[in-house]
Amino acid sequence: MSIVSLMWANLFRKPTRTSLTLASVTVAFLLFMLLRSISAAFDSGIAVTATDRLMVMPKYSQVDSLPFAQKQQILRIEGVDGIAHTSWFGGTYQDPKNFFAKYPVDPLSYFDVYSELDLEPADALERFTRERTAAVVDVGLMQDYGWEIGDVIPIQGTIYAKTDGSRLWEFEIVGQFTEKGESSSFPLFLFHYEYFKEAASFGGDAVGNWIIRPSSAERADAIAQEIDALFENSADPTKTASEEEYNRQFARQLGDMGFITTMIMSAVFFTIVLLTGNTMTQALRERIPELAVLKTLGFQDGTVSLMVLGEAILLCLVGGVLGVALAFLIGPGLVTALEGIFGSFEVNLTTALEALVLSVLIGTVIGIIPAVSAQRLAIVDALRK
Amino acid sequence: MLSQIKEITLLNLLNLPSRLGSSSVIIVGIAGVVAVLVGLLSMATGFTKALESAGKPDRAIIMRDGTTSEMNGSLTVDQRAIISAMEGVVVGSGELYVVVDLRKIGTDIDANVVVRGVEQDSFAVRPEIQIVAGRNFEPGRSEVVVGVQAVQQFSGLQIGDEVPVRDQTWLVVGHFDAGGSAYGSEIWADLAGVQAAFRRGGFATTMRVQMESVDAVTALDDRLQADPRFDLTARSEADHYAAQAEARATLINSFGQAVGVIMAIGAVFAALNTMYSAVSARTVEIATLRALGFGSAPVVFSVMIEAITLALLGGLLGGGLVWLAFDGYSASTLNNASFSQVAFDFAVTPDLLQMGVTWALVLGIVGGAFPAIRAARLPITTALRGE
Repeated sequence: MSIVSLMWANLFRKPTRTSLTLASVTVAFLLFMLLRSISAAFDSGIAVTATDRLMVMPKYSQVDSLPFAQKQQILRIEGVDGIAHTSWFGGTYQDPKNFFAKYPVDPLSYFDVYSELDLEPADALERFTRERTAAVVDVGLMQDYGWEIGDVIPIQGTIYAKTDGSRLWEFEIVGQFTEKGESSSFPLFLFHYEYFKEAASFGGDAVGNWIIRPSSAERADAIAQEIDALFENSADPTKTASEEEYNRQFARQLGDMGFITTMIMSAVFFTIVLLTGNTMTQALRERIPELAVLKTLGFQDGTVSLMVLGEAILLCLVGGVLGVALAFLIGPGLVTALEGIFGSFEVNLTTALEALVLSVLIGTVIGIIPAVSAQRLAIVDALRK
Repeated sequence: MLSQIKEITLLNLLNLPSRLGSSSVIIVGIAGVVAVLVGLLSMATGFTKALESAGKPDRAIIMRDGTTSEMNGSLTVDQRAIISAMEGVVVGSGELYVVVDLRKIGTDIDANVVVRGVEQDSFAVRPEIQIVAGRNFEPGRSEVVVGVQAVQQFSGLQIGDEVPVRDQTWLVVGHFDAGGSAYGSEIWADLAGVQAAFRRGGFATTMRVQMESVDAVTALDDRLQADPRFDLTARSEADHYAAQAEARATLINSFGQAVGVIMAIGAVFAALNTMYSAVSARTVEIATLRALGFGSAPVVFSVMIEAITLALLGGLLGGGLVWLAFDGYSASTLNNASFSQVAFDFAVTPDLLQMGVTWALVLGIVGGAFPAIRAARLPITTALRGE
């Protein structure tokens, strides 16, 4: 019998106890996976893919706007390869609780700069460019609201009224997009800037942010500085940062998600360590005569001790694997259910790896004391018990 | 039978301290669940409280029709004068609602903090606002007063500090207390000064009016809707803030409950484990009692009582810890509806504690039930042999 199967057999000498412990550990790691995924999505900001893109925002406040005329000036800066823009449109779809971003954009430059987005069907970009009231929507968002291509979506303008005084904006969905290789992207509703410019009663000659694609990553910092210097003394000074930094700042305004999840996880793992530790010590106490027999049969002190440690690690590792598996199993459903609340997050392999490493660590912490007492066990005393 | 129950239960409970090691697993496990649950929900409660205490039902907020944010309006001086003279209005003030970026204390996060340009009447509309340190700003000078919650959350807002407001710096001359409401997260300055700094001409984005009665608010709204000169709505401040608080509070509540349920499942396994071992450790004892003529009901009952007692202890411990550590703990978050930061204090209310203890009780009952049944079903002869 190999040593691992001996450990396994030992673990299950009290099947109820071990199964229940295993179940607690599994639940703990399931929770770890979900919380880590949400928190990681917050930390890394909205866009999960790392890019070299720069975000140009109004210097003093994100609620200000930038004049359209800046575009030509920015394009003249060396190394600026592409430029797109977004504006905060606000607006509600049916109910203020239906919260997603709606941006008026220039179709060609937007999908040029956000090259990781895949538009479908094939004529989507062409129609989006040509038709004034066209809109393209993230696939995830389409599914959330049960929209189909060809649907006309009414949006109530909370900030922008139209020149005719009406606040009802209607857009026809002509395409949907995903991030390359993903099932969706960030929940975005994009419509035609030209239409917005014509129809809005004010604000049509301004944008909220410029998004710049530098020709090379090395040029990015220099471009950011040049842009800010260019507009420093104008009526509309700017603040330029990497897209990653911008997203992180914005997400973190919601509150320190990391802090909250760390607090929860500490509470969970403290409990787990105590619970499983207790079970292991109990199991060891019951098996002292057995261990003494093993030692009498010639097993080394170290081997016996390692075996006890191994059992603890094995228990936690199996719990960890089950928790991770469960997270992958129910994760996708949960992501869809919670996406509107937490933005897009995904249960990924990095988190899984973290969970497994953590499970081995916790197993070690739990097993170390029983292992030491197993090593110190004197055969004569133990057999007498 | 009753005396049997009493005796076994007492025996069990008096024995508890000798099983403290394994019993503590239940206590700590359930304390963890209750602590996390109550902690998260106290955040939602605190956030709601901060927003709702800002709203009075007989105070109206006048905004552009169709918007939910104070940021999006443009009311001219004339419009404001007409509204202030309308029937049912006690006093009204025009206000300009803008945001500046300030650093959150202890972080590298630049957060949107509200700057409210106010008139002297703004203080008359909100009598709850008291200057608690320094003095009020003087109109016409670049001075601001800051809410006490904002002072705690954002750096550089002590009296004498200079706040960057666009391309200028303004002097902090006083702090005000707003009775724990969302106004306490704001910076207040002279309306004309804020209009100049933010290049908003003579416009205000919103108005606050004190009405004669709650009913006068709806009457005012009807009048505004009917008047072609205005594209405005009036609604009670209480409704406005309740709507703003709802979305975020629901979010935190559902998050808290989801995490609580998952943790509770884990804790039930732990409780079951402990109670099963408690029962198995006392196999001989229980069998002896049965052999002496004690019925199975008292045995079931005693195991349940033990589980419930431990769970209650856990619930109280968890709730108590959270209350000690987090009640009144200040934090701030982004209010999506107004695109600005709202500071709030975690509120561990008696209601929440009661709910936490109820959860603990339920967990105790579930965790005790199966082991109790096993104890009652032990065949006396085998059990007496200690197998």
